[in-house]
Order: sequence, then structure tokens, then C-alpha cells
Amino acid sequence: MRTWLRIFFVGGLISFRALFSWIRPSVYIPTLLLGPTTQILFFAYLGRTAHLKSDSWFVVGNAVQSASLAALFGMGFAIDGERWTQTLSAVLATPADRAALFLGRALPVLVNAAITASTGFLGGALLLGFRTSWSSVPGLALLLVVASFACTGLGMLIGALGLRLRDVPIIANLTMAVLLIFCGVNVPLDKLPGWMHATAEGLPVTHAIAAARRVADGASLGSVRTPLLVELAIGAAYLAAGFVLLRVFEQQGRRHGTLDRA
Amino acid sequence: MTRGLRVFWTGFVLHFKNLSASPFMMTTAAIWPLVYATLAFLMFRATHQAPSLLYAALGAAVMGIWSTTATSAGGAIQQQRWYGILEILVAAPTRLILVLAPITVAIAGIGIYSVCSTLLWGRLLFGVPLHVSHPLLFAVAIPAAVLSIGLLGLVLASTFVVYRSAQHLSQALEYPIWTITGMLIPLSLLPGWITPVAWALAPTWGMRAVRHAALGGDVGVPLLACLGLSAAYTLLAMLLLHHFERLARERATLSLT
Repeated sequence: MRTWLRIFFVGGLISFRALFSWIRPSVYIPTLLLGPTTQILFFAYLGRTAHLKSDSWFVVGNAVQSASLAALFGMGFAIDGERWTQTLSAVLATPADRAALFLGRALPVLVNAAITASTGFLGGALLLGFRTSWSSVPGLALLLVVASFACTGLGMLIGALGLRLRDVPIIANLTMAVLLIFCGVNVPLDKLPGWMHATAEGLPVTHAIAAARRVADGASLGSVRTPLLVELAIGAAYLAAGFVLLRVFEQQGRRHGTLDRA
Repeated sequence: MTRGLRVFWTGFVLHFKNLSASPFMMTTAAIWPLVYATLAFLMFRATHQAPSLLYAALGAAVMGIWSTTATSAGGAIQQQRWYGILEILVAAPTRLILVLAPITVAIAGIGIYSVCSTLLWGRLLFGVPLHVSHPLLFAVAIPAAVLSIGLLGLVLASTFVVYRSAQHLSQALEYPIWTITGMLIPLSLLPGWITPVAWALAPTWGMRAVRHAALGGDVGVPLLACLGLSAAYTLLAMLLLHHFERLARERATLSLT
């Protein structure tokens, strides 16, 4: 058990520091800390152009969605990066428990995604006058963590695909695009075509955004229990699917000798 | 002069072909703008007070040109470092600007795929009418916008000779440039202090020229402003390149990745 925890926490942290190329302040600050705010400003003003919704509506939607940037790319690189550094075979040759190995890599990514997303709220408050009651802050923080968890789960799935496909950044990019369009981030779900709305129900951040908007408007956390649990369940489902796929691709890679070749 | 143009053109064609073969660049150029076009179409269509869908399509198309530039132009020098040829390029008798400018303009140039894909996407999926008021001027305004965005990318790239995280910083400028150059958001909606900044950016005028050529309006002034600012960017890039190249040589940091 102690070994499991060591691999989970220490291994995960070392891997994050080694593989996460955005960790330098010169890259981290403009890309991850300022990125959500610039996205929020763009869409809030686009919303004003279209006379669609209030600034606060866009602040909450884009801030929560911005968790996907760090989570999808972070998790994708956490696995694909091993190939770039030519350590993938060595990592997969270890007898370490795979759950500790891969879930440990997910934890720092999740925390980073939540931090990234929270800067969006800060930017919205400073530049667009976004305000919510102090009593809503813990609820919003919890929803950010849950949304980050769901995105990290989807990131795990993308990372698994990285064992078979070469272009993880492209897959992560396209996935982010899908989240941006489908999940009610900038277009109300009831204004989307039915099939898009239906697809959104099974994607990360959709439910977290809906819940966060209600909490920001003053609703209690208890009143958004259902979307919160659904978001958690979606995240867990993607995480499980990603983990299973990782094991399948790992075994196939071993059998065919293709781990470093994809 | 002729030799300089030949170097520029040869470099442009080479890099344009090279970039066109990159799946990542093609995704950025041809598919990512569709995301913003789709969002703009859906947002504008949801209300009756928004600008027309063709307005949105043109904005999203030019946004795509800036996307490719922001994603890659900042890293143009870093790329040469990775290839291991930056010292050779700097040591070559050809001016460095004639080596770099074709790269950044070619990067912006593949944004032409975004123009085609976005307009086609709008037409086929959202029924956006593709009626262009001044087709000839439109055909002039698009390359002018590409050139202006490419040269803005060159200014960024030239400041990054001594900055190793250039690519990420230039990526961070994607949304801000979209916002303040009026590609989808009218400048009148932005805070007043942004207007002079927007006027100093050639893409603002490039976008305005493209939009006026398509939707009607004066094309001459924005086109001339766009070209004038592009020329000013070239001069600025020359000065910056000269300065930073000297700094990189003095500090012996040219090849450090």
C-alpha cells in the first residue's frame, strides 16, 4: 500500500514536473494563467456584439471550460511525453501498479486545471466586474474541481489514444473545440440543434457549467447536487475508459513491439 | 532588390508547401477557424440584433489567418534552432529578414485555407450568402490582410531571437489580437483606449478592407493603411532583428534551445 501511495503521489509529481513543458513561469503565466481571461474577454465582448447574454454568463462558462486546456493537454502529454523523451518502454516495463502509475499522473494535472480555471473568475472579476456572493465561492470552487476531474478523465482517454496515434496535440485541440461548441459555454444549450444538445449531455463541463451558473446566481450547492453528481459520473466514466484503453493498448504494444513506434 | 525578392519568393513557396504538409498546421488553418465560425454563427443566429452571418464568416476566416500566425510565427526562429540551422542562416550573406519574412508570411499564407474552409462551411452548413460587393477589391484585400498579419508575426518573431519561450507567448496573443482588431467585435464596443492600439495594428485595417470589399464600403483607405503599416512593420522587424541578432551573438545564445 505504501509503495502504491509513493508511486501515486511522488511518481505523479515527478512525472508532472518532468513532462509538463509549460511549468516554466515564462510559459505558464501567459499561456495558462492569462489564457482563460483573454478567452473570457473575447467571448464576453462577442456576446455583447450578438446581444446574447450577460458578461457574467460568459465569465462562468468560459472559466469552467478553461479547465479543459490544462487537463486535456496535460494528461495527453503526461503519457505521450514519455514517448518523446524515449522513456515510455522503461515506464511500462516496471512492475509498478498501473492504477498508481497513471492515476498519480492525473492528480497534478487535475489540480493545475482547477487553478487555471480559477484565474478565469479572477480575470472576469477584475476586468468585467463579475461579482458573486462570498457564500457562493466554496460551491464554485468545488464545481471547478469536479469539472477539472471530468476533463482529466477525458484527458486520460486522449493520453491512451496517444499510445496508438502520433498526434495527441491535434486530438486534444479538436476535443477542446468540441467542448467549446457543444457544452453551452458560449451558446445556450436550448439554442443548439437537438443532436448537439444531446451530445453535450455526455461531455465533461456541460453539467458543471450549468451548475456553476446557478451557484454564481446565488443557488445553494445542495440545489445543484444532480448536475454535480452527473459531472462526477461522466468524469469517472471517461477516466475508467481511458484506464482500460491504456491497459489494452499497452498489452497490444508489448505484443507487437510498437510502443515507441506510433 | 530583384535578388531580395527572389529570395523572399523562393522561401515563401518552400515554406508554404512545407507547412501545407503539416497535419498540425492544417488542423490549425483549416479546422480550428471552423470552430469559431460555428460559434459565431450560432451566437449571431440566436438573436435578431447581431451582425449578419457573412460578417461573422469573414471575421472567423481572418481570425484563422492570425491563428496560424500566433501558433507558429513566434516559434519560427525556435524551429530553425531545432533544425540546427539557425547559426547557418545567421551567418549566410543573405539578410536575416529575407530568411525570416518568408517563413512568417507563409505561416500567415496558409491561413488562406481558413478563408476557403470558413466561407465554404458557412455556405454549406449555415446557408451564409457569399455575395461579395467588390470581387476584385476582395481579391486584393485578402492577400493584403495575409501580408499584414504575416509581417506582424515577423515583428513578434524578430523580438524572440533571444527569448526561448517565444512560441507560447505568441500563442497567448491569439485572443487579444482577435479581440482588439475588430475581427468579430466592432471596435465601438471596446473601451475607448483600445482604439488607438487597434489603429496601430495592420490586421485591423486588413480586416476592415476585407469586410468593406465584401459587404460594401470604402476599401481604399483601409487597404492603404494596411499596406503602409505592413511596410512600417518590415522596417521595425529589420531594426529589431539587427539588434537582437547582435545581442544573441554577443551572449553566444543563438543556438541555445
